[in-house]
Amino acid sequence: MSIDVGRIRKDFPILSRTVRDGRPLVYLDSANTSQKPLQVIDAIEEFYSRHNSNIHRATHQLGEEATEAYEGARIKVAGFIGTEDESEVIFTKNISEGINLVAYALGNASTSGPEAERFRVGPGDEIVITEMEHHSNIVPWQLLTQRTGATLRWFGVTDDGRLDLSNIDELINERTKIVALAHQSNVLGTVNPVREVAAKAHAVGALVLVDGAQAVPQMPVNVQELGADFYGFTAHKLCGPTGIGVLWGRRDLLETLPPFLGGGEMIETVAMERSTYAPPPHKFEAGTMPIAEAAGLSAAIDYVRDIGLEEIHAYEHELLDYALAQLREVEGLRLLGPAEATDRGGALSFTLAGLDGREIHPHDVSQVLDAHGVAVRAGHHCARPLHRRFGLTASTRASLYFYNTRSEIDALTEGLRQTQKFFGAA
Amino acid sequence: MQLESMYQEIILDHYRNPHHKGLRDPYDAEVHHVNPTCGDEVTLRVRLDGDDVADVSYDAMGCSISQASASVMADLIIGRPVKEAMNTGDEFLKLMQSKGKLDPDEDVLEDAVAFTGVSKYPARIKCALLAWMAWKDATVKAMEAQA
Repeated sequence: MSIDVGRIRKDFPILSRTVRDGRPLVYLDSANTSQKPLQVIDAIEEFYSRHNSNIHRATHQLGEEATEAYEGARIKVAGFIGTEDESEVIFTKNISEGINLVAYALGNASTSGPEAERFRVGPGDEIVITEMEHHSNIVPWQLLTQRTGATLRWFGVTDDGRLDLSNIDELINERTKIVALAHQSNVLGTVNPVREVAAKAHAVGALVLVDGAQAVPQMPVNVQELGADFYGFTAHKLCGPTGIGVLWGRRDLLETLPPFLGGGEMIETVAMERSTYAPPPHKFEAGTMPIAEAAGLSAAIDYVRDIGLEEIHAYEHELLDYALAQLREVEGLRLLGPAEATDRGGALSFTLAGLDGREIHPHDVSQVLDAHGVAVRAGHHCARPLHRRFGLTASTRASLYFYNTRSEIDALTEGLRQTQKFFGAA
Repeated sequence: MQLESMYQEIILDHYRNPHHKGLRDPYDAEVHHVNPTCGDEVTLRVRLDGDDVADVSYDAMGCSISQASASVMADLIIGRPVKEAMNTGDEFLKLMQSKGKLDPDEDVLEDAVAFTGVSKYPARIKCALLAWMAWKDATVKAMEAQA
């Protein structure tokens, strides 16, 4: 079954607006943040108009309704990512906070009781990441190694933008505490062999954290089948609102993992000297949480499930195939990441040279595209080490979602040719 | 079209043929500045001669706006008294914060008036200011070293 893009686009009011003097918007920046359908916008409005209240602590009817919306979203997320136990679903601000939660909780383990022993990180321990990570999956681990004296190590990236697993046996060893990697690269589009890496990590007793920010919006994800211990994603790339993300963790781990943020709602009892903590997931949810955003995320999951994740994935694959073919035709364009659509998502990062052979800076490329109504991202996309790996400081990135069309890809390639003309020799 | 209001011919000329580019000796202070959002980088050296800017040399990677701005800046300030050059820098900063609403003084800013259109694009203001910020920083360091 294929999807009806014409009908879907009508759900997204923003897609019919114009920009820069009446040009139709061509939105190719969904890896940055996705657009929101009316169903999600309405759900948030409905929450604030009808049910707004704080959760868990209000004994009135609104409190019950708000709690139901919030906890209902948790149950929905659990089903969406393939777990039956909704207490394994922790709401966070975004995926960055989810990764920081794990990194800080590991750091806190050294000052926690014996039950947290397996999480302790210290000198001699190793933390393994990859060169293709978003800064969100690099910096928290750097901070952890700086605090604990552990060593940070990483997988390299091959010339065609795949994870270089040639030294996996050396990299993941009995000193490894945790392996953290992206499910899908936000720059290269590469889908990583998470299962293979996780199996290797588990064989040496290491934990596995997967950054699913780019994968969850684009493909069916089952955290159990992947073999992850922690899996994070963010709502706003999945047609949902900003301000809420998800960290899934295996129940047995969450039981003994020390808390990250302290505050209201994460406690069992508080005395002036010390406190005990609520069971998961509440142990990891301090303070008033993004409640309306949870209602929005719930609506977003309903929305993409109605279309079907398999259908979304198949349509995007087809669109990506077309985009790759069209970009190949643009002279002077160098694509980063796999040239074929296999095991590849819809992030298309590239550099562009003018017809005189001189590189046109991504900021200049995106500015000319913007003048044509085409919205892309320019810069290092929060992946500076990866750009350095390819000898670059920046690239231009067009990224696809299921509401994009072939004619929008054509607008992109036409815009790129205009860019080359504009910056041609005087 | 709006593009031409940003990419004035003067800017494109400086971008294609930047003036004073390349690091030169001797110098009193060197700084390295980056624009964290796009990774544009500039290494810039300043040599002072008493109260005057004797030389400004730089090596930069970046977009047409940041490259052209460095070139225009070097034209404007080399050989001028530091005080006057700082004043020019302040005028340029004001222009860049004006959202295109300021009528710039061409006697002070010369070719730099061409950046008026850039000030309408918030995402690009940092590009235009990168070299100026580096120069101010380097000049302060050079003066401290002299004192």
